[in-house]
Amino acid sequence: MQLKTLVWRELFERRNQLATSFIAILLGVSVIVSVENITVYSEKAVAKELDALGANVLILPKSASLQTYYSADMQNEEIPEEYVTRLVLSDLKGLDNLFPKLSMQVDVAGKKFTLTGILPQDELKAKAAWKAGDVFARPPLCVGDAAPAEPTPSKETQFRRRVIQKLDAAEALVGAEVAAALKLKPGDTLQLEGKTFTVSTILPETGTVDDSRVFAHLHTVQQLAGKGPVLNAIEVVGCCKEISKGLVQKINKLLPDAKVVTITQIVDTQIKTNHMMAQLSWLFLGIIVIVGGASMANYMYANVYERRREIGTLIALGAGSGVVLRMFLLKALLLGLGGGIAGYVLGTVLAVILGPRIAGVIVLPLPWLLLLAVGVAVAISLVASYFPARRAARMDPCTALRET
Amino acid sequence: MLKMESVSKDYTLRGKTVKALDGVSLEIARGDFVSVVGPSGSGKSTLLLILGGMLSPAAGRVMVDGKSLYDLRPEERATVRKKTVGFVFQMFNLVPYLTALENVQVPLFLAGVDDRGQKERATALLERMGLADRLDHKPTELSVGQQQRVALARMLANDPQVILADEPTGNLDPETAQSVLSFLEEVNKEGRTVVMVTHDPKAAARAKRMLRLCDGRIASDHGAASASALDTY
Ligand SMILES: Nc1ncnc2c1ncn2[C@@H]1O[C@H](COP(=O)(O)OP(=O)(O)OP(=O)(O)O)[C@@H](O)[C@H]1O
Ligand SMILES: [Mg+2]
Repeated sequence: MQLKTLVWRELFERRNQLATSFIAILLGVSVIVSVENITVYSEKAVAKELDALGANVLILPKSASLQTYYSADMQNEEIPEEYVTRLVLSDLKGLDNLFPKLSMQVDVAGKKFTLTGILPQDELKAKAAWKAGDVFARPPLCVGDAAPAEPTPSKETQFRRRVIQKLDAAEALVGAEVAAALKLKPGDTLQLEGKTFTVSTILPETGTVDDSRVFAHLHTVQQLAGKGPVLNAIEVVGCCKEISKGLVQKINKLLPDAKVVTITQIVDTQIKTNHMMAQLSWLFLGIIVIVGGASMANYMYANVYERRREIGTLIALGAGSGVVLRMFLLKALLLGLGGGIAGYVLGTVLAVILGPRIAGVIVLPLPWLLLLAVGVAVAISLVASYFPARRAARMDPCTALRET
Repeated sequence: MLKMESVSKDYTLRGKTVKALDGVSLEIARGDFVSVVGPSGSGKSTLLLILGGMLSPAAGRVMVDGKSLYDLRPEERATVRKKTVGFVFQMFNLVPYLTALENVQVPLFLAGVDDRGQKERATALLERMGLADRLDHKPTELSVGQQQRVALARMLANDPQVILADEPTGNLDPETAQSVLSFLEEVNKEGRTVVMVTHDPKAAARAKRMLRLCDGRIASDHGAASASALDTY
């Protein structure tokens, strides 16, 4: 027998009373872990998304909220597809490329994914074909890295550059995460809302929301959505120079019923959201310190009181006050460790499940959060138990032994 | 072995002071078997706790093997309890969540014996008490008599020279009480000093010496080496 045997046995003897304070710490820690976990990935995603994005202006329905960048093209309201034609036919300078999009939720095998309709370049060009001085006569990207060396870059490369040249009506480009979840490979067929698609490409993992999406032809998605020729958003690659010269205001004038924003504006909102999440995790830290700590201290005081006869006996058997103090602190340490580890696991599971829903990002476990979780839980548990433990160590054993 | 020099102890409860012990002086020789009797509230338990280093007296000195117990530091006093004194309680005071074996291991663990040593010694002691087949039973899974035997095994764990028993038979049926008394006689024969508080005159009579307490004072001292203390009642 060692001190830990003693502590361990007692721990399991009175499970029920233990449960409340243990759960308080566990829940507190798991909330901190999950908020922190989601925030980290959300911040990473902002950076990645900014990096990967060719577009820098978004045209959205008037009522669009800008809570998160990721869901910016997932609005409930729509804008007419005709806006694309209007833009193409306008004499606006600095419109390097346009990506109209329409997204809808689809269920596959009980899982929810987003189906996003995109318009391939050749059809976009067709829209502009009958206009003299066609906008797309220019290289599709501002920087001009359209890779002329490759005559027909693979769909993956095309997608990465966000310039899909051709897309069949029944063709689907599948995000890495969707492909993994549904075990899809190129050539497979995929049933979405009753329509059969052929998977032409599995898109490489990007770490962004695109991983959990399926891309198909805009007009096919419009048919499935049944809302007519509408869009959720038009991503615009604008020339930086022209943006600073008021491209946004000019588009706004052309399309007075739409909301035109720059990506930086939207990402700014996302950054603010992340900031708020970070502050939220401080708030939760405060709550768990108070609630978890108080509940722990309360439990420990009750535990010491309940065990006074046992403590008296141990003292009679030769235990010094140091042994008694260590016995209760070791118990607190074990509870903290347990609460921290369990809180990390629960918090991580929550983050992985809720991350895509709350922040629209894929969240993976972060091992360093285990240290945070255990550190917080152990610290709270030890601090809260110190005074009860000291009371036990200083207890008058005679009073305890005399009571019958 | 044990010596009390004008020991007093009083309790103050809600402004009222009760004299639990009032200037008690006595000497108990090594290997003696002393029973302490007296009416309820006469200070018997108080005397035992003070002898065992559990309760500091208000005045006077307690000597164990020539050392003044209450002039030692608390941790040294804990060591005296651990090494020299074995307690037996009326309520047995077994640790409820530990098995019989583990209960006997507790004092050995406190004395720093290693795991194997603890198990060997505890098993041997429980076998001596006839509990070889009850090692893994928790106190609630044992009969009252068996619980007291586990407590006796635990008391012997660190081979104490002094045994202090507070009504060790108070909660037992006559037969079990008999076996506990025989056991105390047996360990006394091994050379240990036994001080036993009891309400049972027959049990008290089996001791070599009988102290009667009344209102915190020694009213009589039967069978003591000094004839002057002979009871006059
Ligand atoms: N913690 C305490 N606070 C106040 N008074 C106490 C306390 N403990 C004991 N007393 C009082 O001290 C006196 C002696 O108590 P003690 O327990 O030593 O008596 P006892 O002889 O063991 O009695 P019993 O035979 O009933 O066990 C009693 O009057 C008791 O009321
Ligand atoms: Mg008593």
